[in-house]
Amino acid sequence: MTDSVLRLHERDKSSLPIEYSKEEGDLRIVGFWIFLAAELVLFGTLFGTYLVLQSHTAGGPTAKDLFEIGPVMAETIVLLVSSFTCGLSTIELRRHNTKGLIAWLIVTILLGLVFVGLEANEFYTYAVHEGATLSRSAFLSGFFVLLGTHGCHVSLGIVWIIGILLQLAKRGITPVTARKAFMVGLYWHFLDVVWIFIFTAVYLTGWVI
Amino acid sequence: MKNLKTIIKPAFLLLVLPMIAGCSDKIAVLNPQGPVARSQYHLIIWSLIMMSLVLAIVLILFVYVLARFGRKNSKGFDPNDTGNRKLEIIWMIVPVVICVLLAVPTVKTLFALSHPPKATAAPAQTAGKTLTIDVTSVQWKWLFRYPGQKIETVNYVVIPAGTPVKFRLHAYDAMNAFWVPELGGQQYTMTDMPMNLWLQADKPGNYSGRSSNYSGRGFAHMTFTVMSRSADYFDSWVKDVKANKPALTHVKYMQLLEPNVLDKPQTLTFSSYPEIVAKDLNKAQMDALMAGKPIETDSMHGMDMKNDGKGGHHND
Amino acid sequence: MIDSIKSFMGWFFVTGDPMIYGADASIALVSIGIVAVLTYFKKWKWLWEEWLTTVDHKRIGIMYIIAALLMLFRGGIDALMMRAQLTLPNMHFLDAEHYNQVFTTHGTIMIIFVAMPFIFGLMNIAVPLQIGARDVAYPFLNALSFWFFFVGAMLFNLSFVIGGSPDAGWSSYAPYAGAELNPGVGQNYYLIGVQISGIGSLATGINFLVTILKMRAPGMTLFKMPMFTWSVLITSVIVVFAFPAFTVALALMTIDRLFGAHFFTIAAGGSPMLWANLFWFWGHPEVYIVLLPVFGIFSEVIATFAHKTLFGYAVMVWSMIAISVLSFITWLHHFFTMGNTAPVNAFFSISTMLIAIPTGVKIFNWLFTLNKGRIQFTTPMLWALAFIPNFTIGGVTGVMLAMAPADYQYHNSYFLVAHFHSTLIAGTVFGIFCGLHYWWPKMFGYLLDERKGKWSFWIFMISFNVCFMPMYFLGLMGMTRRMYTYPAGLGWTPINVVMTIGAVGMGVGFALMAWNIIWSAFYGKKDTTGDPWGGRTLEWVTASPAPEYNFAHIPEVSTRDAFTAMKEEKEKGLAKSSKPYEPIHMPNNTGIPVIMASFMFVAGFGFVFEWYWMGIPGLIGVIACMIARSFVYNDHHYISIDEIKRTEAATGRLS
Repeated sequence: MTDSVLRLHERDKSSLPIEYSKEEGDLRIVGFWIFLAAELVLFGTLFGTYLVLQSHTAGGPTAKDLFEIGPVMAETIVLLVSSFTCGLSTIELRRHNTKGLIAWLIVTILLGLVFVGLEANEFYTYAVHEGATLSRSAFLSGFFVLLGTHGCHVSLGIVWIIGILLQLAKRGITPVTARKAFMVGLYWHFLDVVWIFIFTAVYLTGWVI
Repeated sequence: MKNLKTIIKPAFLLLVLPMIAGCSDKIAVLNPQGPVARSQYHLIIWSLIMMSLVLAIVLILFVYVLARFGRKNSKGFDPNDTGNRKLEIIWMIVPVVICVLLAVPTVKTLFALSHPPKATAAPAQTAGKTLTIDVTSVQWKWLFRYPGQKIETVNYVVIPAGTPVKFRLHAYDAMNAFWVPELGGQQYTMTDMPMNLWLQADKPGNYSGRSSNYSGRGFAHMTFTVMSRSADYFDSWVKDVKANKPALTHVKYMQLLEPNVLDKPQTLTFSSYPEIVAKDLNKAQMDALMAGKPIETDSMHGMDMKNDGKGGHHND
Repeated sequence: MIDSIKSFMGWFFVTGDPMIYGADASIALVSIGIVAVLTYFKKWKWLWEEWLTTVDHKRIGIMYIIAALLMLFRGGIDALMMRAQLTLPNMHFLDAEHYNQVFTTHGTIMIIFVAMPFIFGLMNIAVPLQIGARDVAYPFLNALSFWFFFVGAMLFNLSFVIGGSPDAGWSSYAPYAGAELNPGVGQNYYLIGVQISGIGSLATGINFLVTILKMRAPGMTLFKMPMFTWSVLITSVIVVFAFPAFTVALALMTIDRLFGAHFFTIAAGGSPMLWANLFWFWGHPEVYIVLLPVFGIFSEVIATFAHKTLFGYAVMVWSMIAISVLSFITWLHHFFTMGNTAPVNAFFSISTMLIAIPTGVKIFNWLFTLNKGRIQFTTPMLWALAFIPNFTIGGVTGVMLAMAPADYQYHNSYFLVAHFHSTLIAGTVFGIFCGLHYWWPKMFGYLLDERKGKWSFWIFMISFNVCFMPMYFLGLMGMTRRMYTYPAGLGWTPINVVMTIGAVGMGVGFALMAWNIIWSAFYGKKDTTGDPWGGRTLEWVTASPAPEYNFAHIPEVSTRDAFTAMKEEKEKGLAKSSKPYEPIHMPNNTGIPVIMASFMFVAGFGFVFEWYWMGIPGLIGVIACMIARSFVYNDHHYISIDEIKRTEAATGRLS
């Protein structure tokens, strides 16, 4: 009896990692890559918007006035490390080590929470202490929406990982839970890449220009 | 082949003739009254000829295959006729050639239009002179300011015939488009980027213009008249306005900026205008000014007035 | 207290126009009628189990098409109201505000809620069958896409009676569409309604991309796929890369309006031009999203009824790929008149003209498919044939519009309106009608009546030309789009009268088609073979309507036109003996998509009115549904061999 839902010609899958071991896992992961491509366009549009509006400060605070190195570096390091721990979780997944996988995912969401907290604090400082709110200028609208979108993605990622952790705790590593853990890892690394672009296009150019 | 040619020619004439013959003054775009509109007209006719040719070929082939192979028991059925490299290359090359034939004059005209047209009025009168008029679209009326003559008109504009006129286009609120089909194509008016549109009328005459970009309730009524007059008449008209018309006051200007359609009279003329008018403020800047806040112009990119040529370049 | 309720109701409900009260009454009556009929016939359970919770691509496709037909009716009424108002100068049938709302809803509905869902519906019905699959890659996501589209459309339509319709045009140019020049909830309806259905569209794009890439029958290599499947594959790629830009554009304008940001405002450094760029960066590819699939439909129909393989298959495919690439580098031609420098306009002029090359190649390949064929004039074939000359007119005027200096004279005039109706009606609308007639037997097991179908075709097609050919001249005369009235004495009146006659004719043609659908439901010729047209592709292998599992055995493919090859083999007596059946694994129905979309509707409605107490719980409901779905592990079932045997026997296919 074949397990393929939707097509019958099976490849030999014994050599593949567990998340690809079922036809459905393969399908979902391919689709998720395409989804990430769409996300890339989404963030690309937001970056384009930000870069167009960067100089439209309307007499309000500029990038140079606002951005401070300390908190930004902290956010960057925390998120980069979380991406590393997320990678470690995928290695544990490949080794079929449920406990290791769960442990590294927990570390990842803790770091994610720290990142979100730092970013919220940064926004709070800008808005309350410097009067740099969303509606102050086009530049700030672009800034808050670009970073806010990224921050929302990270927050959703945290919720998603928690959901997967519950399933892992209950079911252990199965082809289905493995696929989910693998996909959330892709997602997390993607957000890390987006952050690197944010760091370059928003903060670095903000300090330089 | 000979047969085909005898079909193409009349079919082609049949298509194009009524349009060219139809260049009555009702079809404004095909009735150019100035050099800008004329260069666009030439382009339109050229493209119309090329495109009629394409359409004719498609129609002839279409009718042929339907007539020949649409009958029951038609001969020549050949299910193995599934491709022909040579033919396919031909109908790939033909559109390429047509595109080249259209692209070259398009690009030429495009670059030519960024320069002022050649003056055609008697050289003694114009001698390389051009006229600049600042146009502001307001919901739902057109304000024309003559910075050289310091006068202002609403919903009509007088220009000297044969002289290149540079219309500098601004919007106070919504985006509109300034279009006088008999004199030339349109450009948008925008709040954050002034644009230049060169137009010129050959002869004295009245040409109707309208907004062609939707801007709300009164949009359909957002029309104006371009009155082209001889250079002498233009000078005496300016003198007459200066002598006999009221000044545009600050209060009256603020009234004009309210969103409404001028009813009676539909046009207005003023002998002078207050300084604020010349600043070309948009609605947000005016609101800030009225609220006693600083006007933000420094960071707004289009606000530099050095835009030369057809439209400005947006430095983002 | 009563006064405040009264004033709230007066603001909440649209009032003051007999047409609105008529709409209120008809919406109420239809709703009551539907509820009464369902209750009387005890159909609630049936509705829930068979339709609302279905994940079957064929049923989802049917629901898409029903919704799109209803929306086409609404959009068509909008069109007729506009034509009525413009028939004569200085008419007072609609005032400016109503006219502005009507053209805005007409454009938005026709593109977003008719063309796209109709095409998605046909995709859903035909693509899995054409590639020999049992469903799409993500059946759950597919249902979710439909329900998101559906609630987006319902939310948008609600604006007509509650709160007021948007009036900034379907392109919603800033700054007019911004909060300072356009207060009220109308524009919020546009932004949020379109956003919700756009999420569904993006999901559909991903879904079909994976379906076609990964789930084709054994032996069906990419270059053996049916042309419609190819067109859907390419369209899906465009959807994936174009829609996120629109998602962002809509979100930014929503943030502008709801939270006072300054992306597209006049004040504080906002850039209205940015909106135009973002909108058309999606908007131009969108044109090809609704055109390429119908190119695919025409390819199938023309090949079928010319009884020939499609001429120049590979070139047809590469042309579509070329069009899809070019579609992303032409967006600026929608605003040549926005002050671009000459080199920029020159680039976009040429890139736009280049699209004519692959499109022209396709036209000639269709003509040469007909050449040496045995042409059979069925209703779907008539729609496909009419497409060729009519669409060519739209195409050549498109080239004329691509020439930037000439476009300064055409832009925003009725010349432009005539052009895009020539492409979108002769292309998309003819195409979806063609596909509807062609695949109708596959959807329902009976054919639409040919005689009525042909009548509706001729009336619609001729009326279309009566309506839109004169419109080109009206544009050259200087009449611009979106004018709610015009003065006498400009020579525009006779043309407008003719156009209105044409528009009424199109309405009659559509009504006749609707009558044909109803009539054929009772008296339509049954399709007992599953192959009523002599089809060439795999959807005609299986019974009509196709069983839940589509194919008892997944077909094996060795050539293009796989079914034609199978039939030839059978004639030669080479048919293979069939293998024993195996149980088939299928996804379970689920109520989560429709519930999740309902939460989305609540959230959307809340955000339209800036009622965050309503919007935020709605969004939380959406996320809760996602989490709930993540915990569902038992989402498949098996169809037993006995049941397969019974189903196959019922259609006479048990060998």
